Amino acid sequence: METAKNRSFSDMGVMLGRSIRHVFRSMDTIITVCITPIAMMLLFVYVFGGAIDTGTDNYVNYLLPGILLIAIASGISYTAYRLFLDKQRGIIERFHTMPIARSAVLWGHVLTSLVSNALSVFIIILVALLMGFRSSAGILSWLAVAGILMLFTLALTWIAAIAGLSAKSVEGASAFSYPLIFLPFISSAFVPTESMPLVVRVFAENQPVTPIVSAIRALLASQPVSNNIWIALAWCLGILIVAYIFAIRAYKRTSSA
Amino acid sequence: MEKAIEVKGLRKSFKDVEVLKGVDFEVTRGEIFALLGSNGAGKSTIVKILCTLLKPDGGTAVVNGNDVASRPGHVRQSISLTGQFAAVDEILTGRENLIMIAKLRHLKNPHQVADDMLKRFGLTEAAHRKPSTYSGGMRRKLDIALSLVGNPQIIFLDEPTTGLDPEARIEVWKIVKALADNGTTILMTTQYLEEAEQLADRIAILHEGRIIANGTLAELKTLLPQAKVEYVEKQPTLEEIFLAIVGNKEAI
Ligand SMILES: Nc1ncnc2c1ncn2[C@@H]1O[C@H](COP(=O)(O)OP(=O)(O)OP(=O)(O)O)[C@@H](O)[C@H]1O
Ligand SMILES: [Mg+2]
Repeated sequence: METAKNRSFSDMGVMLGRSIRHVFRSMDTIITVCITPIAMMLLFVYVFGGAIDTGTDNYVNYLLPGILLIAIASGISYTAYRLFLDKQRGIIERFHTMPIARSAVLWGHVLTSLVSNALSVFIIILVALLMGFRSSAGILSWLAVAGILMLFTLALTWIAAIAGLSAKSVEGASAFSYPLIFLPFISSAFVPTESMPLVVRVFAENQPVTPIVSAIRALLASQPVSNNIWIALAWCLGILIVAYIFAIRAYKRTSSA
Repeated sequence: MEKAIEVKGLRKSFKDVEVLKGVDFEVTRGEIFALLGSNGAGKSTIVKILCTLLKPDGGTAVVNGNDVASRPGHVRQSISLTGQFAAVDEILTGRENLIMIAKLRHLKNPHQVADDMLKRFGLTEAAHRKPSTYSGGMRRKLDIALSLVGNPQIIFLDEPTTGLDPEARIEVWKIVKALADNGTTILMTTQYLEEAEQLADRIAILHEGRIIANGTLAELKTLLPQAKVEYVEKQPTLEEIFLAIVGNKEAI
Protein backbone atom coordinates (compact mmCIF):
# COMPACT_ATOMS: atom_id res chain seq x y z
CA MET A 1 0.00 0.00 0.00
CA GLU A 2 2.76 2.38 1.00
CA THR A 3 4.57 1.98 -2.31
CA ALA A 4 1.32 2.43 -4.23
CA LYS A 5 0.85 5.71 -2.43
CA ASN A 6 4.39 6.82 -3.20
CA ARG A 7 3.87 5.90 -6.81
CA SER A 8 0.73 7.89 -7.09
CA PHE A 9 2.52 10.92 -5.59
CA SER A 10 5.34 10.51 -8.03
CA ASP A 11 2.82 10.23 -10.91
CA MET A 12 1.17 13.41 -9.74
CA GLY A 13 4.58 15.08 -9.65
CA VAL A 14 5.20 14.09 -13.27
CA MET A 15 1.78 15.44 -14.26
CA LEU A 16 2.40 18.66 -12.38
CA GLY A 17 5.78 19.05 -14.10
CA ARG A 18 4.14 18.53 -17.45
CA SER A 19 1.43 21.02 -16.95
CA ILE A 20 3.74 23.62 -15.34
CA ARG A 21 5.84 23.40 -18.51
CA HIS A 22 2.69 24.12 -20.48
CA VAL A 23 2.14 27.27 -18.44
CA PHE A 24 5.69 28.55 -18.68
CA ARG A 25 5.89 27.83 -22.39
CA SER A 26 2.84 29.93 -23.02
CA MET A 27 3.65 32.96 -20.88
CA ASP A 28 1.17 34.87 -23.01
CA THR A 29 -1.58 33.17 -21.01
CA ILE A 30 -0.21 34.61 -17.76
CA ILE A 31 0.16 38.03 -19.39
CA THR A 32 -3.39 37.87 -20.76
CA VAL A 33 -4.67 36.96 -17.33
CA CYS A 34 -2.82 39.89 -15.72
CA ILE A 35 -3.50 42.59 -18.30
CA THR A 36 -7.26 43.00 -17.91
CA PRO A 37 -7.24 43.26 -14.09
CA ILE A 38 -4.29 45.66 -14.22
CA ALA A 39 -6.02 47.79 -16.85
CA MET A 40 -9.14 47.81 -14.68
CA MET A 41 -7.12 48.83 -11.68
CA LEU A 42 -5.58 51.73 -13.64
CA LEU A 43 -8.99 52.74 -14.96
CA PHE A 44 -10.72 52.70 -11.61
CA VAL A 45 -7.90 54.38 -9.73
CA TYR A 46 -6.97 57.11 -12.21
CA VAL A 47 -10.25 57.66 -14.11
CA PHE A 48 -13.23 56.82 -11.89
CA GLY A 49 -11.40 56.86 -8.57
CA GLY A 50 -11.88 60.58 -7.93
CA ALA A 51 -15.63 60.21 -8.26
CA ILE A 52 -15.98 57.15 -6.04
CA ASP A 53 -16.39 57.74 -2.35
CA THR A 54 -15.35 54.64 -0.43
CA GLY A 55 -14.62 56.40 2.81
CA THR A 56 -10.92 55.49 2.57
CA ASP A 57 -8.05 57.67 1.52
CA ASN A 58 -6.29 54.99 -0.49
CA TYR A 59 -8.53 53.66 -3.26
CA VAL A 60 -5.89 51.16 -4.50
CA ASN A 61 -6.04 49.49 -1.10
CA TYR A 62 -9.81 49.35 -1.38
CA LEU A 63 -9.77 47.98 -4.92
CA LEU A 64 -6.99 45.40 -4.83
CA PRO A 65 -8.86 42.42 -3.29
CA GLY A 66 -11.59 42.60 -5.93
CA ILE A 67 -9.02 42.94 -8.71
CA LEU A 68 -7.24 39.81 -7.47
CA LEU A 69 -10.50 37.86 -7.53
CA ILE A 70 -11.15 38.99 -11.11
CA ALA A 71 -7.67 37.84 -12.10
CA ILE A 72 -8.27 34.41 -10.57
CA ALA A 73 -11.71 34.12 -12.16
CA SER A 74 -10.20 34.71 -15.58
CA GLY A 75 -7.06 32.65 -14.86
CA ILE A 76 -8.97 29.45 -14.20
CA SER A 77 -10.49 29.51 -17.68
CA TYR A 78 -7.05 28.39 -18.93
CA THR A 79 -7.30 25.35 -16.70
CA ALA A 80 -10.56 24.48 -18.44
CA TYR A 81 -8.86 25.12 -21.78
CA ARG A 82 -5.88 22.87 -21.02
CA LEU A 83 -8.10 20.08 -19.72
CA PHE A 84 -10.30 20.32 -22.79
CA LEU A 85 -7.30 20.03 -25.10
CA ASP A 86 -5.99 17.00 -23.21
CA LYS A 87 -9.35 15.33 -23.58
CA GLN A 88 -9.73 16.26 -27.23
CA ARG A 89 -6.22 15.29 -28.30
CA GLY A 90 -6.50 11.86 -26.77
CA ILE A 91 -3.55 12.22 -24.41
CA ILE A 92 -5.90 11.55 -21.50
CA GLU A 93 -6.74 8.24 -23.15
CA ARG A 94 -3.06 7.38 -23.31
CA PHE A 95 -2.68 8.14 -19.59
CA HIS A 96 -5.80 6.16 -18.78
CA THR A 97 -4.47 3.01 -20.43
CA MET A 98 -1.32 3.23 -18.33
CA PRO A 99 -0.95 1.80 -14.83
CA ILE A 100 -1.05 5.17 -13.10
CA ALA A 101 -3.50 6.70 -10.65
CA ARG A 102 -6.38 8.16 -12.62
CA SER A 103 -6.61 11.12 -10.29
CA ALA A 104 -2.99 12.06 -11.06
CA VAL A 105 -3.94 13.63 -14.40
CA LEU A 106 -6.66 15.78 -12.91
CA TRP A 107 -4.66 16.82 -9.85
CA GLY A 108 -1.75 17.79 -12.07
CA HIS A 109 -4.01 20.36 -13.70
CA VAL A 110 -5.46 21.53 -10.40
CA LEU A 111 -2.05 22.10 -8.82
CA THR A 112 -0.91 23.90 -11.95
CA SER A 113 -3.90 26.18 -11.65
CA LEU A 114 -2.80 27.06 -8.12
CA VAL A 115 0.75 27.82 -9.25
CA SER A 116 -0.16 29.89 -12.29
CA ASN A 117 -2.82 31.90 -10.45
CA ALA A 118 -0.40 32.54 -7.59
CA LEU A 119 1.99 33.91 -10.19
CA SER A 120 -0.54 36.32 -11.66
CA VAL A 121 -1.68 37.43 -8.20
CA PHE A 122 1.94 38.14 -7.34
CA ILE A 123 2.45 40.20 -10.51
CA ILE A 124 -0.71 42.22 -9.88
CA ILE A 125 0.28 42.94 -6.29
CA LEU A 126 3.63 44.26 -7.55
CA VAL A 127 1.85 46.60 -9.95
CA ALA A 128 -0.50 47.69 -7.16
CA LEU A 129 2.52 48.53 -4.99
CA LEU A 130 3.78 50.81 -7.77
CA MET A 131 0.36 52.46 -7.84
CA GLY A 132 0.46 53.24 -4.16
CA PHE A 133 -0.94 50.11 -2.52
CA ARG A 134 0.31 49.89 1.07
CA SER A 135 -0.42 47.34 3.74
CA SER A 136 0.36 47.28 7.41
CA ALA A 137 -0.44 43.59 7.63
CA GLY A 138 1.94 41.25 9.41
CA ILE A 139 3.10 37.87 8.18
CA LEU A 140 0.16 36.00 9.73
CA SER A 141 -2.38 38.24 8.03
CA TRP A 142 -0.60 37.82 4.72
CA LEU A 143 -0.65 34.05 5.20
CA ALA A 144 -4.37 34.24 5.90
CA VAL A 145 -4.87 36.27 2.70
CA ALA A 146 -2.83 33.70 0.74
CA GLY A 147 -4.94 30.93 2.26
CA ILE A 148 -8.25 32.55 1.31
CA LEU A 149 -7.02 33.24 -2.24
CA MET A 150 -5.82 29.64 -2.58
CA LEU A 151 -9.13 28.28 -1.41
CA PHE A 152 -10.95 30.60 -3.80
CA THR A 153 -8.67 29.46 -6.65
CA LEU A 154 -9.28 25.81 -5.79
CA ALA A 155 -13.04 26.29 -5.69
CA LEU A 156 -13.08 28.00 -9.09
CA THR A 157 -10.57 25.52 -10.51
CA TRP A 158 -12.95 22.66 -9.83
CA ILE A 159 -15.70 24.61 -11.60
CA ALA A 160 -13.25 25.04 -14.48
CA ALA A 161 -12.60 21.30 -14.44
CA ILE A 162 -16.31 20.60 -14.92
CA ALA A 163 -16.36 23.00 -17.87
CA GLY A 164 -13.18 21.67 -19.45
CA LEU A 165 -14.22 18.04 -19.13
CA SER A 166 -17.77 18.42 -20.40
CA ALA A 167 -17.29 21.13 -23.05
CA LYS A 168 -17.83 20.27 -26.69
CA SER A 169 -15.71 23.14 -28.04
CA VAL A 170 -12.80 25.32 -26.98
CA GLU A 171 -15.13 28.32 -26.73
CA GLY A 172 -17.47 26.38 -24.48
CA ALA A 173 -14.57 25.39 -22.26
CA SER A 174 -13.67 28.97 -21.43
CA ALA A 175 -16.97 30.85 -21.80
CA PHE A 176 -18.19 29.79 -18.36
CA SER A 177 -15.73 32.13 -16.66
CA TYR A 178 -17.40 35.34 -17.93
CA PRO A 179 -20.16 35.35 -15.32
CA LEU A 180 -17.55 34.63 -12.66
CA ILE A 181 -15.53 37.63 -13.78
CA PHE A 182 -18.64 39.80 -13.46
CA LEU A 183 -19.50 38.81 -9.91
CA PRO A 184 -16.99 41.23 -8.34
CA PHE A 185 -18.69 44.16 -10.11
CA ILE A 186 -21.91 43.52 -8.25
CA SER A 187 -20.20 43.35 -4.89
CA SER A 188 -18.37 45.63 -2.54
CA ALA A 189 -15.19 45.18 -4.61
CA PHE A 190 -15.34 48.59 -6.32
CA VAL A 191 -17.88 50.66 -4.43
CA PRO A 192 -19.52 50.25 -1.02
CA THR A 193 -22.83 48.37 -1.29
CA GLU A 194 -24.66 51.15 0.58
CA SER A 195 -24.73 53.19 -2.63
CA MET A 196 -26.65 50.50 -4.57
CA PRO A 197 -30.41 50.23 -5.16
CA LEU A 198 -32.08 47.80 -2.75
CA VAL A 199 -32.39 44.72 -4.97
CA VAL A 200 -28.84 44.97 -6.26
CA ARG A 201 -27.64 45.64 -2.77
CA VAL A 202 -29.30 42.53 -1.35
CA PHE A 203 -27.65 40.45 -4.07
CA ALA A 204 -24.28 42.17 -3.62
CA GLU A 205 -24.25 41.63 0.12
CA ASN A 206 -25.22 38.00 -0.07
CA GLN A 207 -22.99 36.69 -2.81
CA PRO A 208 -19.59 35.11 -2.10
CA VAL A 209 -17.39 37.90 -3.45
CA THR A 210 -18.42 40.53 -0.90
CA PRO A 211 -17.40 38.63 2.27
CA ILE A 212 -14.20 37.40 0.59
CA VAL A 213 -13.27 40.93 -0.49
CA SER A 214 -14.14 42.35 2.93
CA ALA A 215 -12.13 39.72 4.74
CA ILE A 216 -9.04 40.27 2.59
CA ARG A 217 -9.41 44.04 2.82
CA ALA A 218 -9.62 43.88 6.61
CA LEU A 219 -6.65 41.53 6.86
CA LEU A 220 -4.50 43.78 4.67
CA ALA A 221 -5.47 46.85 6.67
CA SER A 222 -4.80 45.09 10.00
CA GLN A 223 -8.41 45.62 11.01
CA PRO A 224 -10.65 43.12 12.78
CA VAL A 225 -12.03 40.69 10.19
CA SER A 226 -15.38 40.15 11.92
CA ASN A 227 -17.65 37.37 10.71
CA ASN A 228 -16.69 37.95 7.11
CA ILE A 229 -13.77 35.59 7.16
CA TRP A 230 -15.96 32.69 8.27
CA ILE A 231 -18.63 33.48 5.71
CA ALA A 232 -15.89 33.75 3.07
CA LEU A 233 -14.39 30.41 4.05
CA ALA A 234 -17.80 28.76 4.12
CA TRP A 235 -18.57 29.99 0.60
CA CYS A 236 -15.22 28.82 -0.76
CA LEU A 237 -15.43 25.41 0.89
CA GLY A 238 -19.05 24.95 -0.12
CA ILE A 239 -18.37 25.78 -3.78
CA LEU A 240 -15.24 23.66 -3.70
CA ILE A 241 -17.01 20.55 -2.43
CA VAL A 242 -19.97 20.78 -4.79
CA ALA A 243 -17.79 21.57 -7.82
CA TYR A 244 -15.38 18.78 -6.88
CA ILE A 245 -18.17 16.21 -6.82
CA PHE A 246 -19.46 17.26 -10.23
CA ALA A 247 -15.96 17.49 -11.69
CA ILE A 248 -15.10 13.96 -10.60
CA ARG A 249 -18.35 12.79 -12.14
CA ALA A 250 -17.53 14.52 -15.41
CA TYR A 251 -14.04 13.05 -15.25
CA LYS A 252 -15.37 9.53 -14.86
CA ARG A 253 -17.56 10.10 -17.88
CA THR A 254 -14.55 10.96 -20.08
CA SER A 255 -13.66 7.28 -19.89
CA SER A 256 -16.37 5.13 -18.51
CA ALA A 257 -14.16 2.41 -17.03
CA MET B 1 -1.19 -18.95 -20.45
CA GLU B 2 -1.42 -19.53 -24.17
CA LYS B 3 -3.83 -16.77 -25.02
CA ALA B 4 -2.92 -13.11 -24.71
CA ILE B 5 -6.44 -11.94 -25.47
CA GLU B 6 -9.75 -13.79 -25.23
CA VAL B 7 -12.96 -12.12 -26.32
CA LYS B 8 -16.32 -13.88 -25.91
CA GLY B 9 -19.74 -12.60 -26.88
CA LEU B 10 -18.64 -9.00 -26.57
CA ARG B 11 -21.48 -6.51 -26.95
CA LYS B 12 -21.53 -2.73 -26.95
CA SER B 13 -24.17 -0.17 -27.90
CA PHE B 14 -24.04 3.60 -28.06
CA LYS B 15 -27.48 4.93 -27.23
CA ASP B 16 -29.69 2.82 -29.49
CA VAL B 17 -27.00 1.90 -32.00
CA GLU B 18 -25.78 -1.64 -31.48
CA VAL B 19 -22.15 -1.59 -32.61
CA LEU B 20 -20.88 -4.94 -31.30
CA LYS B 21 -23.42 -7.75 -31.36
CA GLY B 22 -21.41 -10.61 -29.92
CA VAL B 23 -17.78 -10.55 -30.94
CA ASP B 24 -15.61 -13.62 -30.39
CA PHE B 25 -11.91 -14.04 -31.05
CA GLU B 26 -8.66 -15.04 -29.44
CA VAL B 27 -5.15 -13.78 -29.88
CA THR B 28 -2.26 -16.14 -29.21
CA ARG B 29 0.78 -14.88 -27.36
CA GLY B 30 3.41 -13.40 -29.66
CA GLU B 31 1.31 -13.18 -32.79
CA ILE B 32 0.25 -10.24 -34.91
CA PHE B 33 -3.51 -10.20 -35.08
CA ALA B 34 -5.21 -7.89 -37.55
CA LEU B 35 -8.77 -6.71 -37.17
CA LEU B 36 -10.25 -5.67 -40.47
CA GLY B 37 -13.44 -3.76 -41.04
CA SER B 38 -14.96 -0.85 -42.87
CA ASN B 39 -15.47 2.63 -41.39
CA GLY B 40 -17.72 2.45 -38.38
CA ALA B 41 -17.52 -1.33 -38.10
CA GLY B 42 -16.51 -1.03 -34.46
CA LYS B 43 -12.76 -1.71 -34.60
CA SER B 44 -11.84 1.21 -32.37
CA THR B 45 -14.67 0.29 -30.01
CA ILE B 46 -13.15 -3.18 -29.53
CA VAL B 47 -9.70 -1.71 -29.00
CA LYS B 48 -11.01 0.77 -26.43
CA ILE B 49 -12.80 -1.97 -24.50
CA LEU B 50 -9.66 -4.11 -24.46
CA CYS B 51 -7.61 -1.11 -23.28
CA THR B 52 -10.03 -0.44 -20.39
CA LEU B 53 -11.23 2.87 -21.84
CA LEU B 54 -14.79 1.67 -22.45
CA LYS B 55 -16.93 -0.74 -20.48
CA PRO B 56 -18.56 -3.56 -22.45
CA ASP B 57 -22.34 -4.01 -22.20
CA GLY B 58 -22.09 -7.76 -22.32
CA GLY B 59 -19.75 -10.67 -22.89
CA THR B 60 -16.23 -10.96 -21.56
CA ALA B 61 -12.83 -9.74 -22.60
CA VAL B 62 -9.74 -11.12 -20.93
CA VAL B 63 -6.35 -9.55 -21.54
CA ASN B 64 -3.25 -11.30 -20.23
CA GLY B 65 -5.44 -13.39 -17.93
CA ASN B 66 -7.29 -10.41 -16.45
CA ASP B 67 -10.87 -9.48 -17.12
CA VAL B 68 -11.02 -5.93 -18.48
CA ALA B 69 -14.21 -5.09 -16.60
CA SER B 70 -13.30 -6.44 -13.18
CA ARG B 71 -9.52 -6.00 -13.12
CA PRO B 72 -8.74 -3.00 -15.33
CA GLY B 73 -5.76 -2.04 -13.16
CA HIS B 74 -4.10 -5.40 -13.81
CA VAL B 75 -4.84 -5.18 -17.53
CA ARG B 76 -3.11 -1.80 -17.70
CA GLN B 77 0.08 -3.37 -16.31
CA SER B 78 0.62 -5.36 -19.47
CA ILE B 79 -0.78 -3.26 -22.31
CA SER B 80 -0.11 -0.17 -24.29
CA LEU B 81 -2.26 1.68 -26.79
CA THR B 82 -1.45 3.64 -29.90
CA GLY B 83 -4.85 5.08 -30.65
CA GLN B 84 -6.33 5.96 -34.00
CA PHE B 85 -5.37 9.61 -33.51
CA ALA B 86 -1.86 10.45 -32.35
CA ALA B 87 -1.80 11.06 -28.60
CA VAL B 88 1.36 13.08 -28.04
CA ASP B 89 1.85 16.15 -25.91
CA GLU B 90 2.05 19.08 -28.31
CA ILE B 91 3.88 21.44 -26.00
CA LEU B 92 6.60 19.13 -24.73
CA THR B 93 9.43 18.20 -27.09
CA GLY B 94 9.68 14.68 -28.51
CA ARG B 95 12.31 13.77 -25.94
CA GLU B 96 10.33 15.25 -23.06
CA ASN B 97 7.30 13.27 -24.18
CA LEU B 98 9.31 10.06 -23.94
CA ILE B 99 10.85 10.99 -20.59
CA MET B 100 7.41 11.74 -19.19
CA ILE B 101 6.06 8.34 -20.17
CA ALA B 102 9.21 6.61 -18.88
CA LYS B 103 8.75 8.34 -15.53
CA LEU B 104 5.08 7.38 -15.40
CA ARG B 105 6.16 3.78 -16.02
CA HIS B 106 8.63 4.16 -13.13
CA LEU B 107 11.62 3.10 -15.21
CA LYS B 108 15.10 3.38 -13.73
CA ASN B 109 16.72 5.73 -16.21
CA PRO B 110 14.09 7.77 -18.06
CA HIS B 111 16.58 9.95 -19.95
CA GLN B 112 18.51 6.97 -21.26
CA VAL B 113 15.28 5.22 -22.23
CA ALA B 114 14.17 8.32 -24.14
CA ASP B 115 17.47 8.67 -26.00
CA ASP B 116 17.50 4.98 -26.96
CA MET B 117 13.97 5.21 -28.23
CA LEU B 118 14.72 8.34 -30.28
CA LYS B 119 17.65 6.55 -31.87
CA ARG B 120 15.64 3.42 -32.58
CA PHE B 121 12.97 5.46 -34.35
CA GLY B 122 15.34 7.81 -36.18
CA LEU B 123 14.02 10.81 -34.31
CA THR B 124 17.26 11.94 -32.68
CA GLU B 125 17.46 15.01 -34.91
CA ALA B 126 13.96 16.04 -33.91
CA ALA B 127 14.40 15.24 -30.21
CA HIS B 128 14.27 18.83 -29.05
CA ARG B 129 11.46 20.02 -31.26
CA LYS B 130 7.76 20.07 -30.49
CA PRO B 131 5.64 17.45 -32.29
CA SER B 132 3.69 20.28 -33.90
CA THR B 133 6.73 20.78 -36.16
CA TYR B 134 6.87 17.07 -37.10
CA SER B 135 5.61 15.48 -40.31
CA GLY B 136 2.71 13.06 -40.08
CA GLY B 137 5.06 10.09 -40.25
CA MET B 138 7.35 11.45 -37.52
CA ARG B 139 4.37 12.11 -35.25
CA ARG B 140 3.13 8.60 -35.72
CA LYS B 141 6.58 7.21 -35.01
CA LEU B 142 6.79 9.26 -31.80
CA ASP B 143 3.31 8.09 -30.91
CA ILE B 144 4.31 4.45 -31.35
CA ALA B 145 7.61 5.04 -29.54
CA LEU B 146 5.66 6.39 -26.54
CA SER B 147 3.64 3.18 -26.51
CA LEU B 148 6.76 1.01 -26.51
CA VAL B 149 8.41 2.67 -23.51
CA GLY B 150 8.67 0.06 -20.78
CA ASN B 151 8.27 -2.88 -23.20
CA PRO B 152 4.62 -3.77 -22.59
CA GLN B 153 3.71 -7.36 -23.45
CA ILE B 154 0.63 -6.56 -25.48
CA ILE B 155 0.38 -3.66 -27.87
CA PHE B 156 -2.73 -2.26 -29.49
CA LEU B 157 -2.30 -0.31 -32.70
CA ASP B 158 -5.48 1.31 -33.99
CA GLU B 159 -4.96 2.09 -37.69
CA PRO B 160 -1.26 2.79 -37.22
CA THR B 161 -0.59 3.74 -40.83
CA THR B 162 -3.71 5.66 -41.82
CA GLY B 163 -2.68 8.90 -43.48
CA LEU B 164 0.96 7.91 -43.91
CA ASP B 165 2.77 7.86 -47.24
CA PRO B 166 3.97 4.47 -48.54
CA GLU B 167 7.50 5.02 -47.28
CA ALA B 168 6.43 5.87 -43.75
CA ARG B 169 3.97 3.00 -43.87
CA ILE B 170 6.72 0.52 -44.66
CA GLU B 171 8.77 1.94 -41.82
CA VAL B 172 5.92 1.35 -39.39
CA TRP B 173 5.53 -2.18 -40.76
CA LYS B 174 9.18 -2.86 -40.00
CA ILE B 175 8.73 -1.64 -36.45
CA VAL B 176 5.71 -3.87 -35.95
CA LYS B 177 7.50 -6.90 -37.38
CA ALA B 178 10.52 -6.31 -35.15
CA LEU B 179 8.26 -6.11 -32.11
CA ALA B 180 6.58 -9.39 -32.94
CA ASP B 181 9.97 -11.02 -33.50
CA ASN B 182 10.79 -10.06 -29.92
CA GLY B 183 7.71 -11.84 -28.63
CA THR B 184 5.35 -8.91 -28.21
CA THR B 185 1.70 -9.65 -28.90
CA ILE B 186 0.17 -7.16 -31.30
CA LEU B 187 -3.46 -6.45 -32.04
CA MET B 188 -3.82 -3.98 -34.87
CA THR B 189 -6.75 -2.64 -36.78
CA THR B 190 -6.55 -1.52 -40.33
CA GLN B 191 -8.58 -0.68 -43.36
CA TYR B 192 -5.72 -1.55 -45.67
CA LEU B 193 -6.12 -5.14 -46.66
CA GLU B 194 -2.62 -5.20 -48.00
CA GLU B 195 -1.34 -4.23 -44.57
CA ALA B 196 -3.04 -7.18 -42.94
CA GLU B 197 -1.76 -9.40 -45.69
CA GLN B 198 1.81 -8.20 -45.18
CA LEU B 199 1.95 -8.25 -41.40
CA ALA B 200 -0.63 -10.41 -39.75
CA ASP B 201 -0.32 -13.98 -38.55
CA ARG B 202 -4.08 -14.09 -38.18
CA ILE B 203 -6.80 -11.91 -39.62
CA ALA B 204 -10.34 -11.37 -38.39
CA ILE B 205 -13.00 -9.53 -40.33
CA LEU B 206 -15.50 -7.51 -38.35
CA HIS B 207 -18.73 -6.87 -40.16
CA GLU B 208 -22.09 -5.72 -38.84
CA GLY B 209 -21.14 -6.27 -35.23
CA ARG B 210 -19.70 -9.76 -35.56
CA ILE B 211 -16.50 -11.49 -36.63
CA ILE B 212 -17.52 -13.09 -39.89
CA ALA B 213 -14.18 -14.63 -40.76
CA ASN B 214 -11.08 -15.45 -38.74
CA GLY B 215 -7.95 -17.30 -39.70
CA THR B 216 -4.57 -17.19 -41.38
CA LEU B 217 -4.34 -15.67 -44.81
CA ALA B 218 -4.18 -19.16 -46.30
CA GLU B 219 -7.30 -20.22 -44.40
CA LEU B 220 -9.20 -17.16 -45.51
CA LYS B 221 -8.27 -17.87 -49.10
CA THR B 222 -10.04 -21.20 -48.93
CA LEU B 223 -13.25 -19.36 -48.06
CA LEU B 224 -13.49 -18.14 -51.62
CA PRO B 225 -15.86 -20.07 -53.83
CA GLN B 226 -13.85 -22.82 -55.52
CA ALA B 227 -15.02 -21.91 -58.99
CA LYS B 228 -13.64 -18.44 -58.71
CA VAL B 229 -10.17 -19.59 -57.74
CA GLU B 230 -9.91 -21.56 -60.94
CA TYR B 231 -10.61 -18.58 -63.12
CA VAL B 232 -8.22 -16.22 -61.39
CA GLU B 233 -4.71 -16.47 -62.69
CA LYS B 234 -2.85 -14.99 -59.75
CA GLN B 235 -3.50 -15.77 -56.09
CA PRO B 236 -6.57 -13.86 -54.87
CA THR B 237 -5.66 -10.80 -52.88
CA LEU B 238 -7.10 -10.34 -49.46
CA GLU B 239 -9.13 -7.49 -50.86
CA GLU B 240 -10.99 -9.87 -53.12
CA ILE B 241 -11.53 -12.30 -50.29
CA PHE B 242 -12.85 -9.51 -48.11
CA LEU B 243 -15.28 -8.26 -50.68
CA ALA B 244 -16.43 -11.77 -51.50
CA ILE B 245 -17.13 -12.65 -47.87
CA VAL B 246 -18.84 -9.38 -47.08
CA GLY B 247 -20.94 -9.74 -50.21
CA ASN B 248 -21.94 -13.31 -49.31
CA LYS B 249 -23.10 -12.34 -45.85
CA GLU B 250 -25.22 -9.54 -47.12
CA ALA B 251 -26.91 -11.83 -49.61
CA ILE B 252 -28.15 -14.15 -46.85
N1 LIG C 1 -18.67 7.59 -27.96
C1 LIG C 1 -19.54 7.24 -28.92
N2 LIG C 1 -20.83 7.67 -28.87
C2 LIG C 1 -21.71 7.33 -29.83
N3 LIG C 1 -21.41 6.56 -30.88
C3 LIG C 1 -20.16 6.10 -31.00
C4 LIG C 1 -19.15 6.42 -30.03
N4 LIG C 1 -18.01 5.82 -30.40
C5 LIG C 1 -18.27 5.17 -31.55
N5 LIG C 1 -19.57 5.32 -31.91
C6 LIG C 1 -20.21 4.72 -33.08
O1 LIG C 1 -19.91 3.35 -33.10
C7 LIG C 1 -19.65 2.90 -34.40
C8 LIG C 1 -18.30 2.20 -34.45
O2 LIG C 1 -17.29 3.15 -34.22
P1 LIG C 1 -15.75 2.77 -34.22
O3 LIG C 1 -14.99 4.02 -34.00
O4 LIG C 1 -15.50 1.65 -33.28
O5 LIG C 1 -15.55 2.27 -35.71
P2 LIG C 1 -14.21 1.93 -36.47
O6 LIG C 1 -14.37 0.56 -37.00
O7 LIG C 1 -13.04 2.19 -35.62
O8 LIG C 1 -14.28 2.96 -37.67
P3 LIG C 1 -13.10 3.77 -38.39
O9 LIG C 1 -12.54 2.86 -39.41
O10 LIG C 1 -13.81 4.91 -39.02
O11 LIG C 1 -12.12 4.19 -37.37
C9 LIG C 1 -19.76 4.12 -35.30
O12 LIG C 1 -21.03 4.08 -35.90
C10 LIG C 1 -19.64 5.26 -34.37
O13 LIG C 1 -20.41 6.34 -34.84
MG1 LIG D 1 -11.50 3.49 -35.63
